[in-house]
Parts: sequence; C-alpha cells; structure tokens
Amino acid sequence: MNRLLKILFFGLIIKPIVLIVLGLNIRGRDKLPVTGPAVIVANHNSHLDTMVLMSLYPLSKINKVRPVAAADYFLSSGGFLAWLSLKCIGIIPMDRSGSGARENLFKGCHEALDNGEILILFPEGSRGKPEQMSEIKKGVYHLVRNRADTKVTPVMMHGLGRALPRGEALFVPFNCDVVIGDEIEVTEKSVDFVETIETTFNELSQYCLTRNQSSESLAKDSKTCD
Amino acid sequence: MFNIPQNSFLFMAGVFVLLITATSIRLILRFKNADKDYTELRQRIQSWWIMVAIIFSALAVNRQLAIVLFGFISFFALKEFLSIVPTRHADRRVIFWAYLSIPLQYYWVSTGWYGLFIIFIPVYVFLLLPMRMVLIGETRGFIRSAGILHWATMLTVFCISHIAYLLVLPVKNNEAGFIGPVLFILFMTQFNDVCQYVWGKMLGRRKIIPKVSPNKTWEGFAGGLITITLCAGYVAPLLTPLNFTQGLMAGALISASGFIGDVIISSVKRDLQIKDSGNLIPGHGGILDRMDSLMVTAPLFFHYFYYMCY
Repeated sequence: MNRLLKILFFGLIIKPIVLIVLGLNIRGRDKLPVTGPAVIVANHNSHLDTMVLMSLYPLSKINKVRPVAAADYFLSSGGFLAWLSLKCIGIIPMDRSGSGARENLFKGCHEALDNGEILILFPEGSRGKPEQMSEIKKGVYHLVRNRADTKVTPVMMHGLGRALPRGEALFVPFNCDVVIGDEIEVTEKSVDFVETIETTFNELSQYCLTRNQSSESLAKDSKTCD
Repeated sequence: MFNIPQNSFLFMAGVFVLLITATSIRLILRFKNADKDYTELRQRIQSWWIMVAIIFSALAVNRQLAIVLFGFISFFALKEFLSIVPTRHADRRVIFWAYLSIPLQYYWVSTGWYGLFIIFIPVYVFLLLPMRMVLIGETRGFIRSAGILHWATMLTVFCISHIAYLLVLPVKNNEAGFIGPVLFILFMTQFNDVCQYVWGKMLGRRKIIPKVSPNKTWEGFAGGLITITLCAGYVAPLLTPLNFTQGLMAGALISASGFIGDVIISSVKRDLQIKDSGNLIPGHGGILDRMDSLMVTAPLFFHYFYYMCY
C-alpha cells in the first residue's frame, strides 16, 4: 500500500515537476548506485534536492530509495507534513537533538541498509544559504565505517537553491545540475573522510553548467567592473 | 487521415527518407570501422528522429497543438537561458513574471492578433519587467539584470513565437496548407546548419571568427549559402506562396542569418565558459544549441515572407 502511494506520488507529481518544470543537466548517471546497500551523499540547498535525487530512479526502484531527514523538522508538528514525509517519500527520521546514544541514532539507517536500500544523506545537516556549501558533518563516517558492504557515492547539485531556496514559497523554474561522482573510499580517520567529501564536491561542481548562476560570482564580477 | 495537404505530406515523407538515409549511413560506418566510437553520432541521429516525430505529430493534429508545442519550446529555451547566465537572487520574482509572458504571447498568436503579438514583448514586457525589478528595490547589478532578462525574453519568446505565427497566417498555397511555411523555415534552417558543417568539414580552410567558433570557415559558409539558396528556390513554391526567385532570396536570408544565430549562442556559451547550454537533447546539447539559428532565422524570414505575401 505504501509502495503504491510512493509510486503514484513520484510518477504523477514529482517526476513531471522535476523533469518538465525544473529540468536536469545530469552528468555521470551510470555512476549512480542501482542496488543497495548504498549511501548517496549530496549537498543540500533546497527541499527539492531530495525530490531530484529520488527522481533519478525508475518508479520500480523508488521504494528502495530512502532519504534520511531531520525528525524535529518533518515529524514534530505532525499532520500533513509528517504524513507526506513518512508515507509518500518514505524518510528515515533522524534525531538531531543529540540526546540519544549514537547506536540508536543510526538504528533506522542500519536497518534500511541491511534491507538493501539506498540512503540519501545530506552531510551538511541543513539547507543553509542558497548555493553555498556549509561545513560537512561527520555523521556519514560513523554510519559507514563498520559497513564494508556499503558504497558511498557523492552527488553535487547546483541551481536548486535558486528554484526554491530556504524560506521562499514561490517556485521559479530553472535547470539544475546533478553531477554524480565516483565512489568514495572510507578512510581510517573521520577528518580525512570529511575532507575527501569536500574536495570531491568541489571537483564535481566544475561540471555544473549553471555554476555562473550564483550571486557571488555576479558580485565579484561587478566589483571588477567598477 | 490527418488531412495533410499533398505538398506538405510529400515533404514530410521526404524528411523521413533523409532520416532513414542518415541512420543507414551510420550503420554502414559502424560496420566498416567496428573499433571506432560512434556514440555521439548515434545519439544525434536518434534525437533527430524524436524531434521530427514530435514536431510532425503536433503539426499533423492541428494548429492549436502546434502552437502549444512552440510555447513549450519557448519555455524550455527561456529556462535554459536563465539557468546558464548570471541572475541575481533578488530577480526570482521578476523571472517568474518573464515566464508568464509565454502563455500570453502564444495566446495572442493563437487568436491571430498580429498587433499585440508584435509589440507585446518589445514594448510591454520590456517596460514592465524593469518596473517589477524596481519594486523589489535591489539596485546593485540592476542594468545588467534588466539587459539579460530582456535579451532572454526577446530571443526565446518573441523570436521563437514567429514560427508559431506562421501557422495562423491565411493560407495562400492550398497544396501546402498552414503547415507549409513552418516546414519550410524549420527544414531550411536545420538543413543549413548541416550543410555549413559538412561543407566546412570537406573544404574548410579560412576561419571566419576563430575566437568565437573555430570550426566556422568561409568555405563552409559559402557552401551552405549556395546549397540552401538553390534548395529554397525549388522548395519554396511547393511549401509557400513564394515563387522561385523569391524563394532564392529567402534561402540566402535563412542561410546567412542562421549562421549569425549559431555564433551568437556560441559567444554566449564562450562567455560563460561552458560547452553546451544543457543536456535536454542527447548528442546535441541543450535546446538552445538546437534553436540557436532558428531564433534569428524565424523572425527575419517571417517578416520577409509577410512583406512579400501579405
């Protein structure tokens, strides 16, 4: 039942919006993990990020793709948002308050990975300012360090922070870049792992066609013009 | 069954023969040089099949559907353009208004309201978008943003909608019907791109504008110009009310202006340091990479045609 709901939600609403109204420039599609257990780490600028990443998968597979999302944001108020997140999107709720033990924190994630599912994680933790990277958190490292079976694939997205930035309700169509990189090896130290993710994101962003889009580059340019 | 007038029907059949030839040549090439990679060529030809199928089906069904199709092409082109050029965060709302100009412009087209069709973007949208920007109040980068937005709506909405307006002009060549002139401009423009490329590959030596587009040569340009001029001379009387001589002139106009459109979008991409404007059409790049020459040939041919026949 839930699976059908998810397929209908993505097939009738999300995929048409993402592919027609939004439009994607995809690079490296063949590098996307097709079978779990796998983890996708992506940069986070907009609520659309999750929708775009899930839309890359065929409807037959969509049930296997699970975004990890903040429990306090999506579930605490209950009602429609919670129903949408749990039933239509199938999020794995994550407690960000830091009160529980670390083992419990990743319980849902481990269950899903054991099930052969593909997790979507945003290591920046929150959406932050449009088109700007925030500091990468170490959570991913702790999740995958003892799981030799799990691949980590980096995905860089650009342009979505302009289509639907944080705190805005008006959706404006823009093409967005989705650049998928090679698998990242899990290193001994968490610092190295975080650094590898950061450098990979920087490298991947070179391939973004919309990279001229950011307001920073405009500001820089206009300074040189003055 | 769709009631396509004879000349247009034969012409469409001819295009399919060309596509079949292209596919056969590719298969022969693959067979002869098995070790070479023809992925891009394959994607290119496959995309041609799909584009031709979509456009021909819309044209075959009726005027309204074809107009809606060109409206969507404008939307994809405008979206792609605004996605690659720098815009300010403050302009999001203005850009939303720019998108709204598309349904309006194509509505004027569908009702055949020539007066409003021809001034809506250059006058009303031109003056109203900056007004909307003023209300937002961000003055830093204002001129640049206003310029970008106007250029974008002119190229992708105003210019492309001229193709659609050809559909609602009174039919003067009954053997071709309302789709004749559209087939003419679409085919001549795209065929010109192909011809300039092929002639350039075969004979190209002297570069025209090496800084913008190193593959454009005088030989390719001249070869395309001659081929398209002659071709248009013979095809125009079949698909349009133009006679042989008028057709020759239309061909020369399309070939020369097609070149201009091509290099304008090349310059845009070079300025932004990107190779393709998107990847909507496999093997071709973005929709702007395919519409580049049409954005210039369509209005120029339209007004030549309108002056000659209406």
